[in-house]
Amino acid sequence: MGIRFVLLVNKQGQTRLAQYYEYLTLDERRALEGEIVRKCLARTEHQCSFVEHRNYKVVYRRYASLFFLVGVDNDENELAILEFIHLLVETMDRHFGNVCELDIMFHLEKAHFMLEEMVMNGCIVETNKQNILTPIQLMDKTS
Amino acid sequence: MNPFSSGTRLRDMIRAIRACKTAAEERAVVRKECAAIRAAISENDQDYRHRNLAKLMFIHMLGYPTHFGQMECLKLIASADFPEKRIGYLGLMLLLDERQEVLMLVTNSLKQDLNHSNQFIVGLALCALGNICSAEMARDLAPEVERLLQSRDPNIKKKAALCSIRIIRKVPDLAENFMGPAAGLLKEKHHGVLIAGVQLCTDLCKASTEALQYLRKNCTDGSIRILRDVSNSPYAPEYDISGITDPFLHIRVLKLMRMLGQGDADASEYMNDILAQVATKTESNKNAGNAILYECVETIMGIEATSGLRVLAINILGRFLSNRDNNIRYVALNMLMKAFTVDPQAVQRHRSTILECVKDSDASIRKRALELVYLLVNETNVQPLTKELIDYLEVSEQEFKEDLTAKICSIIEKYSPDKLWYIDQMLKVLSEAGNYVKDDVWHALIVVVSNASDLQGYTVRSLYRALQSSPEQESLVRVAVWCIGEYGEMLVNNVGVLDGEEPITVTESDAVDVVEAALRHHSSDITTRAMSLISLLKLSSRFPPTTERIREIITHEKGSLLLELQQRSIEFHAIIQKHQNIKSSLLERMPVLDESTYVRKKVGSSDATFSADKTGQRVSAGTPVNIPNGVAKQQAAPLVDLLDLSSDDVPVASSSATDFLNDLLGVDLPSQSSSGVVSTGTTDLLMDLLSIGTSPVQNDLLAPDNHTSSVATSGKIPSVSSPPSVKGVALETKSPQAPGPSPVLDLLDGLSDMSFSDENPTFPSITAFQSNSLKITFTFTKQPGKPQVTQIKASFTNMSSNTYTDFLFQAAVPKFVQLHLDPASSNILSASGNGSITQTLSVTNTQHGQKALAMRIRIAYKVNNQDMLEQGQVNNFPQGL
Repeated sequence: MGIRFVLLVNKQGQTRLAQYYEYLTLDERRALEGEIVRKCLARTEHQCSFVEHRNYKVVYRRYASLFFLVGVDNDENELAILEFIHLLVETMDRHFGNVCELDIMFHLEKAHFMLEEMVMNGCIVETNKQNILTPIQLMDKTS
Repeated sequence: MNPFSSGTRLRDMIRAIRACKTAAEERAVVRKECAAIRAAISENDQDYRHRNLAKLMFIHMLGYPTHFGQMECLKLIASADFPEKRIGYLGLMLLLDERQEVLMLVTNSLKQDLNHSNQFIVGLALCALGNICSAEMARDLAPEVERLLQSRDPNIKKKAALCSIRIIRKVPDLAENFMGPAAGLLKEKHHGVLIAGVQLCTDLCKASTEALQYLRKNCTDGSIRILRDVSNSPYAPEYDISGITDPFLHIRVLKLMRMLGQGDADASEYMNDILAQVATKTESNKNAGNAILYECVETIMGIEATSGLRVLAINILGRFLSNRDNNIRYVALNMLMKAFTVDPQAVQRHRSTILECVKDSDASIRKRALELVYLLVNETNVQPLTKELIDYLEVSEQEFKEDLTAKICSIIEKYSPDKLWYIDQMLKVLSEAGNYVKDDVWHALIVVVSNASDLQGYTVRSLYRALQSSPEQESLVRVAVWCIGEYGEMLVNNVGVLDGEEPITVTESDAVDVVEAALRHHSSDITTRAMSLISLLKLSSRFPPTTERIREIITHEKGSLLLELQQRSIEFHAIIQKHQNIKSSLLERMPVLDESTYVRKKVGSSDATFSADKTGQRVSAGTPVNIPNGVAKQQAAPLVDLLDLSSDDVPVASSSATDFLNDLLGVDLPSQSSSGVVSTGTTDLLMDLLSIGTSPVQNDLLAPDNHTSSVATSGKIPSVSSPPSVKGVALETKSPQAPGPSPVLDLLDGLSDMSFSDENPTFPSITAFQSNSLKITFTFTKQPGKPQVTQIKASFTNMSSNTYTDFLFQAAVPKFVQLHLDPASSNILSASGNGSITQTLSVTNTQHGQKALAMRIRIAYKVNNQDMLEQGQVNNFPQGL
């Protein structure tokens, strides 16, 4: 499967964006988010960006007050996932212009659209920022 | 106009939620919004459907239930307006739980959209299908997806490819339809299509060997070409990541090559050049480059690479390992684990660096490194490595100690060169991190000590010393208390002093002091205290002058609020007070614990923990605890031992156990070979003798006993149809093979409930339920080798003169039983016993042999369209199910 979920939380540990590529019940999600957020946010900056949790790994990266957490299978390339997170942030930057927490909160559906263009069923589909953003820009233009 | 439909704007709702100071306020806001949305849904409000769904997605993200919005998604998807459709699909993907009916409803919309002329709508449908499709949808829509794989638009192609991945994961049979198109995708230029195509090929390789062979033939060249193109490509701004063109594509292709090259020398040979190029040319000063190198190394390790290439890969890992960046070191450790199976020598060279990583400040790195060190240990390096690890144990962080201790103990147990070293190291671990040591570890230590008669003196003295310095380490205290109880005189008299051992002077009352301290220590738990009590009792026999003091200590515990301790102290008090004559024989040293049995049990089966528990219990409860049959109890421990033995070896051992038991019981029997009936009988008899079935310790005896009977009877007796009460005569006629069981069975006469649990017996059918209108009979079958599983064939007969329709049979079982109902043969039951319905139930009794099966049943049906309900309980299952 590769990527199991993409999660965006702020410094307080509140979820700001979540996409899961395997089915979890609401309770499972909440428990999982609580556990991994606690684990990841407690780590210092010079520690490595990978945390093993249950039977998978969480790769995380911090941008100012936002944490991007990506849950991946054990045989996934962790370094590549770090690059993927960065690509996601750059894509959001290009669209929102220096993206911040509020941009994502108030344009949640756009953030989802971008992520949907990039990841499908846990696999990376597109890494070209322009290709990712074209459908969204088209929609903005028409409405 | 409906008062709710105006509602708040999405923005306002988010603001309101953000303004909440407490979780309760937030819940209130969300509840209000949800109510408004529900109202809007029931009004079938059109205008704000879009906005409501956006709100629901936000609410869902906060972790509140939003299932009521699912149908709204479907309505939006069916809308012609693109933005509505867009958000409908998004909602579908986010809000959907795995409810089949919603999925069924969406299939049709998806089919329409897949055939839409607008490429974005097709893309949306593909994306949704790729994220949520079920096996059923996969079958329905696979032809559409196959067609779209041939589309000219790259955006559709890439999504169709990923959609195909989902389809073949759900329905692997469809894999062959996708092999050809998948191979075709690798010839494309568009990176999105390539990356999706490569992933599809990788998944196909996993799905079937046929596909793997096909792709190996047709795609090896293609994947090599993609890798060459992308790694030699000039600067491409849209795919550039810190100077490297599309590292994601690099990595996916390398993964595919690993699948193709694994176990195939020819394919691997083709790949050699390009892999060498990537491994040498890729920049390693940026993360993206390292990601590629990492994947490349993994591929080299995975395929049948030349030794030169492997050296190259190991060198890259060496470089990674010495990198300052923790991320890089982490992946290096991760990779070395995998490399270990390929080239252990090369990994051994990095031993000292890896050992340093165990001491890293980063928990993730420590964990990886520890796993790796564990792999690296062998007979030659175990001593220095263990020393390093134990030294580190002293300074390591609290939360790491548990993992570390478990690994150290495991290493010590596995590779110890001799018992002295083993005992020494274990004592170090116990005194350093005794609170983290698992029970089976210190149980094993006690077994070893009990077997090493020349080291017992040394051990008990070392433990005494260790106890002075670390009285708070629970498992150290337990081992020490046990050893002092058993070998107290060796402690006082300095028996068996080893060369170089420091002499120590301990008086009898010193020994009692430490045990008393353990009993009284605030951190001691009930097990430790109970063990201390036994130890004290034993000391009272070893050191007669201290008896009076020990009696006082025990008297003090008689007031304990813990039942177990209270009972023990009252019993022990009675022994000291009233049974001086039998005390010394009662409190003799424990017989040597059988090491081989213990090891086998530990390694043996899934019930490893169970047996460890048993050993623990036996260790702590080995001395008499129960006065009424105290003497018989004294034999209980060896008996359990024997029964355990027999449970490990099948019939032969069981017969020897029988003989022993017979001896014990004074039954003069000719020796018998594998007479399963007799052994069962005897153990049952024994149970009776010991009046088993009340206190916890006795239950403990029961467990192995049942085990024995099930194994022991596996042999010769084919058709004992488990009569509820067995008489010798009946048995003899039914199982002529069982050699001369009568003498014992005479003894057994009158023992009423004995259960026979044969491996593969036949059971009589029963009438499970009977009323004026309905009769249910159960017939049982068991598969050989699975005594827990019973197939029950239920047949239902209609006793009335009306036909039953919508016939439904339901059953409920206790927690320890698992029930699986197959569909019934029909749901119409014709009148007056003409024909019947049959239904198969499969029952797994997880406590087979200990608890009998029971079942509640409920039967619902309709007579002349009138609902009827009948209920009942089935208690008459044959024994042994």
